[in-house]
Amino acid sequence: MELDVSRVVLSVVIMAGVTYLLRMLPVTIFRKKIENRFVRSFLAYVPYAVLAAMTIPDIFFATASLVSAALGLAAAILLSYKGKSLLTVALGAVAVVFLAQRLLPA
Amino acid sequence: MRQEKTFSKGLKDGIPICLGYLSVSFTFGMMAVKGGLPLWAIQLISMTNLTSAGQFAGTTLILSGGAYLEIAVTTFVINLRYTLMGVSLSQKLEPSMPGWKRALLAFGNTDEIFAVAMQQKGLVSGRYLLGLIMLPYIGWASGTLLGATAFGALPASAASALNIAIYGMFVAILVPPMRRLRPVLFTVCVSAGISCIFRFVPALSGFSSGWVIIFCAVAASAWAAVRYPVGEEDA
Repeated sequence: MELDVSRVVLSVVIMAGVTYLLRMLPVTIFRKKIENRFVRSFLAYVPYAVLAAMTIPDIFFATASLVSAALGLAAAILLSYKGKSLLTVALGAVAVVFLAQRLLPA
Repeated sequence: MRQEKTFSKGLKDGIPICLGYLSVSFTFGMMAVKGGLPLWAIQLISMTNLTSAGQFAGTTLILSGGAYLEIAVTTFVINLRYTLMGVSLSQKLEPSMPGWKRALLAFGNTDEIFAVAMQQKGLVSGRYLLGLIMLPYIGWASGTLLGATAFGALPASAASALNIAIYGMFVAILVPPMRRLRPVLFTVCVSAGISCIFRFVPALSGFSSGWVIIFCAVAASAWAAVRYPVGEEDA
């Protein structure tokens, strides 16, 4: 493929610029504490809602098979229910998926 | 919070994010090399964008000869959720933090860094956030490099197992407050439910992941804010 260097660079600048503005503007614009109770409550729930939507159902399709992913999810829930750290939970889930893919028929 | 402790705490909290990023950016590097992009361009994308879905989509468009406007709009739609998270994060930062510092640190406001920062008790300092961003950024850049070069010979089973690391971390962030706080439990269920509807109902499955996340987050958070308004202290 013939590569047009300036086109690639300009495209990357556009991607990076759009992404950065979306991240930077709200953090710098909203500097005072928002007093409205609904807005404050809404913003307090946003992180949980974002994470839930990103995790479910995508986690089930993240590995080579539905079964290994489900086992990994179960391991993650169990470990975090027991109050383990983020790192332990993440590594535990990885280990379970790895073992499941080795031991279970594909 | 004591200042001297916060940077190293940030670093430590960034380790699981870094591990998850290694696997995702590794995949990105492999994909971009297969598509025919030179190493410098691939590395430039990862180090200036620091976002998974947005940069996968943008790179695909570059490779297929997409127009500039198409690249801009696609990136905008997929990454619009960051504005929602940015407003949330703006309320979590120390009010005394100067604008330039906010503008600088906002570069690192990825889904995962946002989630971990918001999970902290009380306000978040610039030092903590800087520490938190550091390792994931290095992981994102070096994972891309590994995936894009000859070192990209990770066994498939190991690579696919690593893919679950990010989600495992999300679960670890969600479960403790779900146990403790009913409203959080319900918010998570509502959001996950809507997300499944978008995925599995054929008429709705055409929406891009960016729109779906925004819709789920807005709907579930608004519902919870009406049903369970938070008090002055616990927001």
